[in-house]
Amino acid sequence: MKKSVFLGALTLAGLAAGTAMAQDSSTLAAVKERGVLKCGVNPGTPGFAAPDASGKFVGFDVDVCRAVAAAIFGDSEAVEYTPLTSAVRFTALASGEVDMLARNTTWTFSRDVDLKNTFVGVNYYDGQGFMVPKDLGVSSAKELSGATVCIETGTTTELNLADYFRVNNMDYEPVPVESFTEAQNQFLAGACDVYTTDASALAASRASFENPEGYVVLPEIISKEPLGPLVRHGDDNWGDVVRWSLNAMIAAEEYGVTSANAAELAKGTDNPEINRLLGVEGELGAMLGLDNAWALNILTQVGNYGESFEKNIGENTPVGLARGLNAQWTEGGLIYSPPFR
Amino acid sequence: MTTAIDTPQDQGFRLSQLIYDTRYRSITIQVIAMLAFMFIAAFLVRNTITNLANLGKEIDFGFLFNPANYDINQRLIEYDSTSTNLRAAMVGLLNTLLVAFMGCILATVVGVVAGVLRLSKNWLISKLMTVYVETFRNIPVVIWIIATMAVLSEALPQPRAFRGETPSASMWLWDSVAVTNRGTYIPAPVWGPGSVFVVLVFLLSLLAIWAFNRYAHRRFEATGQILPKFWINLAILFVPTLLVFFLLGRPIGLDLPALKGFNFQGGTMLRNPMLALWLALSFYTGAFIAEIVRSGILAISKGQSEAAFALGLRPSRTMNLVILPQALRVIIPPLISQFLNLTKNSSLALAVGYQDLRATLGGTTMNNTGRELECMLLMMLIYLVVSLFISSGMNIYNKSVKLKER
Amino acid sequence: MSSQNTPLAYVRKEMLEQQPAPRGQVGVAKWMRENLFSGWFNTALTLVSIYVIYSLLKAVLPWAFGGVWTADSLQECRTILNDLHGNTHYACWAVINERWNQIVYGTFFPSSEYWRTHIAFVLLILAILPVLFDALPRKMLWITAVYPFLMVWLIWGGTIWGPVSVALGFVLAYMASQFAGRSLGSGLTGLIAVAVALIWWFFIGPSVTSGLNKVLPLLHLQEIQSRELGGFVICVIIGVSGIALSLPIGIVLALGRQSDLLIVKTICVGFIEFIRGVPLITLLFTASLLLNYFLPPGTEFDLTLRVIVMVTLFSSAYMAEVIRGGLAALPKGQYEAADALGLDYWKAQRLIIMPQALKISIPGIVNTFIGLFKDTTLVFFIGIFDMLAAAQAIRANSAWNGITWELYIFIGLIFWICCFAMSRYSQWLERKLRTDHR
Repeated sequence: MKKSVFLGALTLAGLAAGTAMAQDSSTLAAVKERGVLKCGVNPGTPGFAAPDASGKFVGFDVDVCRAVAAAIFGDSEAVEYTPLTSAVRFTALASGEVDMLARNTTWTFSRDVDLKNTFVGVNYYDGQGFMVPKDLGVSSAKELSGATVCIETGTTTELNLADYFRVNNMDYEPVPVESFTEAQNQFLAGACDVYTTDASALAASRASFENPEGYVVLPEIISKEPLGPLVRHGDDNWGDVVRWSLNAMIAAEEYGVTSANAAELAKGTDNPEINRLLGVEGELGAMLGLDNAWALNILTQVGNYGESFEKNIGENTPVGLARGLNAQWTEGGLIYSPPFR
Repeated sequence: MTTAIDTPQDQGFRLSQLIYDTRYRSITIQVIAMLAFMFIAAFLVRNTITNLANLGKEIDFGFLFNPANYDINQRLIEYDSTSTNLRAAMVGLLNTLLVAFMGCILATVVGVVAGVLRLSKNWLISKLMTVYVETFRNIPVVIWIIATMAVLSEALPQPRAFRGETPSASMWLWDSVAVTNRGTYIPAPVWGPGSVFVVLVFLLSLLAIWAFNRYAHRRFEATGQILPKFWINLAILFVPTLLVFFLLGRPIGLDLPALKGFNFQGGTMLRNPMLALWLALSFYTGAFIAEIVRSGILAISKGQSEAAFALGLRPSRTMNLVILPQALRVIIPPLISQFLNLTKNSSLALAVGYQDLRATLGGTTMNNTGRELECMLLMMLIYLVVSLFISSGMNIYNKSVKLKER
Repeated sequence: MSSQNTPLAYVRKEMLEQQPAPRGQVGVAKWMRENLFSGWFNTALTLVSIYVIYSLLKAVLPWAFGGVWTADSLQECRTILNDLHGNTHYACWAVINERWNQIVYGTFFPSSEYWRTHIAFVLLILAILPVLFDALPRKMLWITAVYPFLMVWLIWGGTIWGPVSVALGFVLAYMASQFAGRSLGSGLTGLIAVAVALIWWFFIGPSVTSGLNKVLPLLHLQEIQSRELGGFVICVIIGVSGIALSLPIGIVLALGRQSDLLIVKTICVGFIEFIRGVPLITLLFTASLLLNYFLPPGTEFDLTLRVIVMVTLFSSAYMAEVIRGGLAALPKGQYEAADALGLDYWKAQRLIIMPQALKISIPGIVNTFIGLFKDTTLVFFIGIFDMLAAAQAIRANSAWNGITWELYIFIGLIFWICCFAMSRYSQWLERKLRTDHR
């Protein structure tokens, strides 16, 4: 009896392990089967990702999620947004809670290699800056020795800050906070002299203040912060889907394909690049395991890179960011898509 | 060895005995339980290994010895951003223990005062204390922590307000304490040469107090005379230390905080996150302790105090010799379990950004290294050890005061 | 006899009018002297209390009652206050007026479906009442038995068949145990019942359910995802399901801890002490960060369910200790009587020990529930949209950026009402049980 119980238990264990191993690990297949893309976003940075009045997420990063959903399902609304704090984002991705992150995340060596993520591109070239109240009378970051600095924990900005002050032989008093909103509240209440984060987020934050003129962003940019979407290591096909969804938006801007003219151009043009992009020529979609109209769906439903930029964070929005580094390479910026060939 | 002839052994061992025979059944159950337990454990471990392998990770605690690269604002031991992650975790653990320790003390004071006052004959104060207890007990501690933090950072003046010709805020206690919305700055002692003697004398006088109390007790037992213990104790505590202090030319000075640059410099800074956490935890736990103290005192039957009065004991001695020793037996075990709760609740430092164990090891380190499994396991283990340490203290106490009956 | 004639005034012949007691010894004055000013210390305490109460009320009352109830944003509210009072040191209750539904139902819950939570809440009270008050008719316990399935259907939506199928599993298990119990021992019967239920739930039930869903989509409600739940609703769901699910596990753990079987006892003690030794927040982080590592690759289940699982494990350890207290409080004679009747272990537990032990434990269970209910606020830290998260979202919104007190007071008040009512109940029950036993 003892023996048979033992054997039974072993068999069960073997069975369980066997079924466990037999699981298919293709993310694309899992997403398709689920019918919805799970995308990790920032819980609230105006312009990049924030719920609007009806509780729906909108923003520049959110558009990347929508583009991927449009590419897979032909429906940019088939996304389930998971708001993630900076502290839990990589774990959420690694554990499979989300399929991809589009959450202004800096591409760094250790995040790419050691944390086992795959960054699929850059959708915003950023740098870390400082914001101070105007009446503090500070005009350069070098004058900040002894200041109290509000900083989001678990971000590259926290590490850059430590390096910057140590290298320049300055002291500071860190005030760690969990989220963008909390940092903003603390800064406005005067619990810290300086608020440091990516310059784009500083601009977004300053724009939402009651009295933006009372605050200045210091000229120093102390780091490179290439922000981009990322996926888990080890599923290259899925990485390709996200990478080329982003690239499709970028390339479309370069070729002048917009949400308004995409459907028209999809009837065929004399530019082979556009034809391949929109699925008129070649089988690019099939190679990704998607419908051939994948990029057309992205462009009609989400728009190209430039449209998304202008709509969410461009100069006519409250965030009011200029293209700067994020202009197309043809315009002197860094935004560049490999050819669709 | 004797064997009866017709015992069941003769019929041999039957499998059904494993279920129906009470001699074997317990073994069967235990074996099954053990197997089930091992099966579940193996299942979890196997899944973990598979999952980690799928992600290309492996369990590795080497990250603890790599530089942490981030700063911690409150450090009880030497630390900077080039120190290791292990040291960062130590700093965090010490911060946890600090706030827990201070919280336990303040909570006990608040709780005992509130509990005793709730039993007071004074109608107004007892009702006031009831309101305190019921308000704090029935609202989650997180809300208290967040609300306290909001008061501290929004209602108190900024350091800037102390500046200028006509500052809108001013320091307290002859310019020695500054209360700002970043923290409270208090004077810090400066240990000059010779200060070691002052400390030594102080420690010696503590020893002397202990010796004196023993002597007083013996004398009381032998002769029945009661010495004025309180005043003599007070004298022993202060007179020699102060004497040495002034004889050596005041070797211990005070470093007063002063406004320099952006912030106050000098002195010791009690940061607002710590203050908020400390106050909120103490007053929340204090409400529970008040209830424990109250029910502990009520649990002593009235006959005890009446008997003590009948013996001619004065009220204070009745309290000290009759009521308290019995009430403490009822009070201490739940009190220690409240200390345990407070220590565990200190992990809610998360709500205000106090850099405790959770924020360093289970926060920034975990996040920068991506070793969530290792960090979480290590953190749970540390909390478990601290908890077991506190509860073993409780068990020792319970054993020592256990009523010896039967 | 001459003395009879002389009118000597030794004895008063008519009654004196009753005099009122001295003024200091009656009514308000006496009460005040005895209760408020009976010594210098008491007088000092009274004066201090009066000062504290006065300054509290002076700060709070005008602020609260001078507040504005209708405005669209903090700026508008402050303008109105400036017009009314000349300064802005007053409450902006308008934020509650405008956003209370986000706090109560969560930010994402569709407003057309609020009625479902109302029904679920009323039914919840109806289901709990018979458990709490034994004066109520026992037939009401049927509501309690059916309620969990009804709640799942009401909150998450879909057709009625899913919950019905799960319930059917229990019914089948019961029938199997009745059937098998005639010939087999209680241990085997239990195993068979569990096996029948598992077979139904995992192999037969799902296909029957999906079939019925296609053929006869009875009572279909709009489906609601777990992540759309939030606010007060999610607190109640997590708290109630945590307690309800932890009760059976707690009973098993308590029995295991009391058992003579060394291995079983060690496992139970280890589990209980581990859970009680670590903060809930670390367990919640485990739920959100690590649980997926421990489960077979590819398993997906959403955060709310993972949190409910963790909270259940957490409270089952506390529940085990409460029930152990109840078991210890039972007189030894009860166990001996059960043995004398020849009942086996499970029958003795089911028929004699547990009904009494659970009854004594109810105050402890309610107290555990209060603690758990308050602890549900911690789910905020792992990204569930409870009341605190709703408050944070409102504060992040540019219309209400800068508001704090009104929101936290509102949330605190909700908790206070619930917890105070429950603690009053448990005190009442404790008093009642105490007189029963003396």
